Amino acid sequence: MSTIDAPGGTRLMGFGEALNDALDVALQIDPTVVLLGEDIDDESTGGNFKITAGLSTKHGDHRVRTTPISEQAIVGAAIGGALGGLRPVAEIMFVDFLAVAMDQIVNHAARLRYMSGGKTPVPITIRTASAGGQGFGGQHSGMLESWFTHVPGLKVVVPASADDAKGLLLSSIFDPDPVLFIESSRLYFGNMAFGEPGGDPRRLHVEVPLGDYRVPLGKARIRREGDAVTLVTYGRQVDDATKVADRLAEEGISVELIDLRSLVPLDLETVLASAAKTRRVVIFQEAVTRSGFGGELAARITEELFDTLEVPVRRLGAPNTPVPYAANLETAYQPSAEALAAEVRETVERKARAS
Amino acid sequence: MTAPATDPQVLNRIYELAARIRLCDERVIKMLTGGEMAIIYYPVTGQEVLAAASGAVLRADDYVVTTYRGMHDQVAKGMPFGPLFAEYMGRVSGACKGKGGPMHITYPELGIMVTSGIVGGGLPIANGLGWAAQLLGQDRVTVVNFGDGAANIGAFHEALNLAALWDLPVVFLCQNNRYAEHTSYARSQRNEQVAPRAEGYGMAGVTVDGNDAAAIYSVLAEAVAKARRGEGPTLVEAMTYRFNGHYFGDPQEYMPTEEKKAAKAADPVKALRRKLIDEGHANEEDLAALEARIRAELDEAVAAAKAAPMPDLAELYTDVYAEELAS
Repeated sequence: MSTIDAPGGTRLMGFGEALNDALDVALQIDPTVVLLGEDIDDESTGGNFKITAGLSTKHGDHRVRTTPISEQAIVGAAIGGALGGLRPVAEIMFVDFLAVAMDQIVNHAARLRYMSGGKTPVPITIRTASAGGQGFGGQHSGMLESWFTHVPGLKVVVPASADDAKGLLLSSIFDPDPVLFIESSRLYFGNMAFGEPGGDPRRLHVEVPLGDYRVPLGKARIRREGDAVTLVTYGRQVDDATKVADRLAEEGISVELIDLRSLVPLDLETVLASAAKTRRVVIFQEAVTRSGFGGELAARITEELFDTLEVPVRRLGAPNTPVPYAANLETAYQPSAEALAAEVRETVERKARAS
Repeated sequence: MTAPATDPQVLNRIYELAARIRLCDERVIKMLTGGEMAIIYYPVTGQEVLAAASGAVLRADDYVVTTYRGMHDQVAKGMPFGPLFAEYMGRVSGACKGKGGPMHITYPELGIMVTSGIVGGGLPIANGLGWAAQLLGQDRVTVVNFGDGAANIGAFHEALNLAALWDLPVVFLCQNNRYAEHTSYARSQRNEQVAPRAEGYGMAGVTVDGNDAAAIYSVLAEAVAKARRGEGPTLVEAMTYRFNGHYFGDPQEYMPTEEKKAAKAADPVKALRRKLIDEGHANEEDLAALEARIRAELDEAVAAAKAAPMPDLAELYTDVYAEELAS
């Protein structure tokens, strides 16, 4: 457990508020920072999820600019803006809509630095929201991080808590490379579905440092120390994983919980150190398991620690289906806390292989 | 302030740039034919004059975005032959250290910001360059070049709409060479021209003979001046013809022989050369001397490229990110 160094003080914030604060700070400290995306200025509601609320009023609608519904034009303008000396932060409303802008993201943002021999870096940040588990159906619920971790030239960041959301977003904005920044929209509402009755939307509020607070990319966060099994996850799965780890602790199972924070760059060192210690690993992801990031991680861990591991690395993610709508189907689709607890128990209880 | 197209100096400047392009194109084709170099090349033959006019209009600090068929646009913007040929041959002294190749020539020193291998991919990026200039209070203009084929990709629509909406200092230069890869213009869209589409975006659009130096220069000078004044973008459709098929070696069976013959008979580079002499703006000796100088420059560039080393193998892993990532 790390304590935050915050000489400027802290304030209790939720995930969305922390993101808003990060954007506000970035706009304040660097006149070349600009925001663009659909609905993001105050005249158009301050963003679909209100993450940019107030920013156009404060910093001007020339710097916080609402665009037409044109994902290719948004990402392209961000890329060109970066080439022309700006530090653009583009908002693509839902992860699924990245598919519309794939050419700009993959063929251009990711590759221009390399193809020009280093002459045209593209320091942009693309913020986007994943919205699984909220009844949005098949085209607004995707978690597609592995599409982008497969592309050299892109960085991929997936924050799990309000303090990290702020610190990682500021690091992303001032990073010299294109960063895809995936925000689980459930975390905007305390990991509840949008408009879900009951529950406490402030449950996940934490103290967030004020001012220019940065969390470096590529440094995993050990959310809980343990010695029986390593549980690796990121994004909103961290909240579920924390609950599972708490519950398993009561059963006497000591879980070491690692929040990756960023997938590219990947803090493999922290993961391997933990895996070498516990010798048992479970990877937990929101996305479809097949060809997902968990598979990559499992391979990397196994390549390094095949002789040390007592049992195979296990992955828990979503089944090979699009995201369904009906509440019972979507619940069954989501990799649940119960399934995770069972997976972890099984991994811990499994007999070690003969060495 | 740009000089009028009637100014002999302007026409001479356009010819000089067009000759650089034509002789460079000829040299590449000669090297490919003779087995001196083996690259994928998308010839620009026939499209030189419109690019040269653009080069004569633009300032060194203006931006150009182009496509894989972009050598003419690059050379018109000042791209030196040395790093161009070195890049073609994948040498470390190439414009992109040999890591981009002919389809991705980049030379930001002279505003050659992006050469995209994706049809239409440069249009949204040109908007960003324009937006940056607008926000940073610079009066630089971006010219984005693309073919008639790119007018049918979604990025064209999104980019023109945004550019018009935001009054961006961007000139969309559609080089209508009558073919989208191996498919004729007529088999790609219903409308006879591309420029009228501008109206649908609330943007000025104009079709002009891209092979007529004075005509294309006037139109581009006006569009660039307008953009520089902050009065927004223009779609310029420059009519031209692609002499050599989609890529070098293309059998061109889909291009009617008569059509090709007629286009070559009206060769825009030769026509401009003749006009300069006929109208007394230049004489044969001076132009021949100019052409000899360009050829010598090409000789030197090719020799230097051949002598230059390939990139070090360590280059494979650099420039992916600002810093090499461990994992």
